[in-house]
Amino acid sequence: MKKLVATDSLCTGCGKCTEACSKAYYKVQDKNLACLRVSENPDGTFHVEVCDQCGECAAVCNTNVIRQDKFGVFRLSKKECAGCLMCVGYCPKDVMVQSDDHLEPSKCVACGLCVKACPTGALSITDR
Amino acid sequence: MICIKNIKPYEQIEQEEIERLKAAHVLRARLQYEKKPLFRGYTDKLLYVDLADSKIRIDDIPGQVKEKFIGGKGYCLRYLWDAVTPETRWNSPENAIVMSAGPIGGITQYPGAGKTLVCTISPTTDIPIDSNVGGYFGPFLKFSGFDALELIGKADKDVIIFIDGNKGTISIEEAPLEAGDAHILCEQLTLMYSDDEADRKNVAVVTAGSAADHVNISMLNFSFYDPNRKVVRLKQAGRGGIGRVFRDKRIRALVCKFSGIKADLNKPHNMSILNKTGLKFHREMHDLDGKQNNMRKIGTANIIEVMDAYDLLPTHNFKFGSHKDIDKIKSTVFIEKYLTQGAPDGCWYGCSMACAKAADHFLLKSGPYKGQRVCVDGPEYENAAGLGSNCGVMDAEAILELNFYCDTYGIDTISYGTCTAFAMECYENGILNKERTGGLELTFGNIEADFELIHQMGRGEGFGVIVGMGVKKMKEYFIKKFGADPAFLNDIGMEQKGLEYSEYLSKESLAQQGGYGLTNKGPQHDEAWLIFMDQVNNQIPTFEDKAEALHYFPMFRTWFGLMGLCKLPWNDIVPADNSKTAEPAKVPEHVQNYLDVYEAVTGTKITVDEMIKQSERVYNFQRIFNIRMGKGLRVNDASPYRAMGPVTEEEYLSREERYDKQLRELQGLDPEKMTLREKMDSTRRYRYEQYNRMTDAVYKRRGWTQNGVPTPEKLKELEMELPELLEVVNQVLSN
Repeated sequence: MKKLVATDSLCTGCGKCTEACSKAYYKVQDKNLACLRVSENPDGTFHVEVCDQCGECAAVCNTNVIRQDKFGVFRLSKKECAGCLMCVGYCPKDVMVQSDDHLEPSKCVACGLCVKACPTGALSITDR
Repeated sequence: MICIKNIKPYEQIEQEEIERLKAAHVLRARLQYEKKPLFRGYTDKLLYVDLADSKIRIDDIPGQVKEKFIGGKGYCLRYLWDAVTPETRWNSPENAIVMSAGPIGGITQYPGAGKTLVCTISPTTDIPIDSNVGGYFGPFLKFSGFDALELIGKADKDVIIFIDGNKGTISIEEAPLEAGDAHILCEQLTLMYSDDEADRKNVAVVTAGSAADHVNISMLNFSFYDPNRKVVRLKQAGRGGIGRVFRDKRIRALVCKFSGIKADLNKPHNMSILNKTGLKFHREMHDLDGKQNNMRKIGTANIIEVMDAYDLLPTHNFKFGSHKDIDKIKSTVFIEKYLTQGAPDGCWYGCSMACAKAADHFLLKSGPYKGQRVCVDGPEYENAAGLGSNCGVMDAEAILELNFYCDTYGIDTISYGTCTAFAMECYENGILNKERTGGLELTFGNIEADFELIHQMGRGEGFGVIVGMGVKKMKEYFIKKFGADPAFLNDIGMEQKGLEYSEYLSKESLAQQGGYGLTNKGPQHDEAWLIFMDQVNNQIPTFEDKAEALHYFPMFRTWFGLMGLCKLPWNDIVPADNSKTAEPAKVPEHVQNYLDVYEAVTGTKITVDEMIKQSERVYNFQRIFNIRMGKGLRVNDASPYRAMGPVTEEEYLSREERYDKQLRELQGLDPEKMTLREKMDSTRRYRYEQYNRMTDAVYKRRGWTQNGVPTPEKLKELEMELPELLEVVNQVLSN
């Protein structure tokens, strides 16, 4: 299964990943519109929450518009999506994105743009 | 445990067969129309169809109707009033079936927002019945351009009314070959009117079932296509015999097709509020459902064993509140052995409560589909209690089987359970016997006889047709034909206004006796369910407290019907801190959610008081509608004694300690010095008196006379001084 993984110990909290992600679909630089989240721990280190393609979003969708592709990545069909936001509310990692400017939410498709943007190698795509 | 990922898709009907059915259709009328776009939840259009001459018309809904009646049930009642006269009965040609989804209906962000309200003059009550149902038809109808649909007249052959909301066409087609049973018919029509598999979810069907040609206790099925199981699912507008009226008009089905469901189709005023409120709820559901009611696992049936534990589970025609074999039908039996887990079972888009559970590939043991494996929608709590314990059927598979056949035959599970339980008690009392039932040994728990009874209703044969008339008509029939004691039958026949009681034991909750008895359509718990507030938590001890609850909750819950909403997301999950609020029973945060959603869709900000006023207008309109039709006065709000206390010695003795204690504490009597008969008579007198005093208080709180008539002053306060209402009210007041 293709998915994004994060190594917290390498993260410096620079925000390049969320910037790349939000720009990719929403065309703005806004960490709230990124399909991964970086938070600072009390000790000054960082935690990166990423989508591990668990499929919980697909499991709650009663119209079956989130489906797994051949790489194991769950993809949301925006054309078919009715924008009910159940998948956003049920995401265990809280990394799906809802924007009032768009009718449908979005999710990580393991595209790797954030991996390329990360200067420290804290993010990677695995196929396991 | 059965998991959705292991469920095999259902087999489909051959395309060749669908083509054969379709080829036999004869077009009677067709209208091409220009769809009016929605604005803030409304189209302001009504689709009117007269079956008698195949006339199709589109009417504007006047501003005054919108202002006073809001939508949903309000619209249904308004147009029904205009269609009928005081002499109209269920099978009069002018009787209308009116459906409406309400302004919030069809939104996808907040759970439970796909409901259709349906009203007609009922064959069992002769007054307006209203029913609230899931499935996709109501929202599709609205997105096709219509806030409401009115059906009048009778066709001379079976017809289908097909609305294509994308193409803007409405047609009436003769349909001679389609199946009568709902699970097959809905699949036939879903396949017939969809372009391909992906298009099936865009087709919604409304139909009754084969029993609706024969019995009064028949309902309407509303379909939706489940793409996970690849099967058509059915939800029911159950109460009051709407299916009977539907088939009397020779309507085989309504079909509405609409593709392109999106989050903004209602053209809401503020998407941001809608998104925020819906998302908050989804997260609450995610975090708390497993700790509260398990609605996603079992739906409303989660309370089967809870009701039993509190002595509230109707058993043997409401004689008792618990059953020794409860373990055989408790919720965990259904969860572990029958109901598919992990499925997103919402009956409209965005329902994270997902309570529409199903038993997949269930093997039928009886009837025309014996040996087939089918998808059973349910059981709801009401089904388990009504078909199960109330008839002494403590068998999960029998409940599922009866549930399936009720649905596909178009029979209301609640009325079926209450009617059958009544017939069983009559049998056990010698009022009925094998000769009178045509060979059915209708004792409590006789599953074989129960199965045969339901199949007789499907076929329109035998004693099943008698039971299917409903409890009220059964009582009349047993008195006339068999010389049964009217007093006994009136005590044990669990109907009021002609509607069968739903499945809760109200004997020990005076407020719930009012929650059943002081209702508009008859004893259905959708107006008020006060048992825990009253009996368990003692939060409403005085008559005035009960009256306040019997004002607020019926009005608040009427609002769901105006909007196209489901009641369940209101209080079948509550915020984590709900118990710390001033009035936990009202679930204040969720009430605020509804006010927010209303503002987000319609652009109008309202308070709780204004919300209640919206409902009060329609509630009082319905009350006066009842009066106009010959019911709706105090005499019609009386309850059968079985709903209030122990009718028989067996019942009294089964809870003797409780009743003796009440004689001591509430009446100051010494049960040791009384005979059983004296104790029962004193209990009965006391309970009647309590019910009467509560009724006085409730009428006063609702602004009604002591005869239960809304006063002209009340109508003025509600800005509902409509001439037609004043005429009815003034006439009854002058008498």
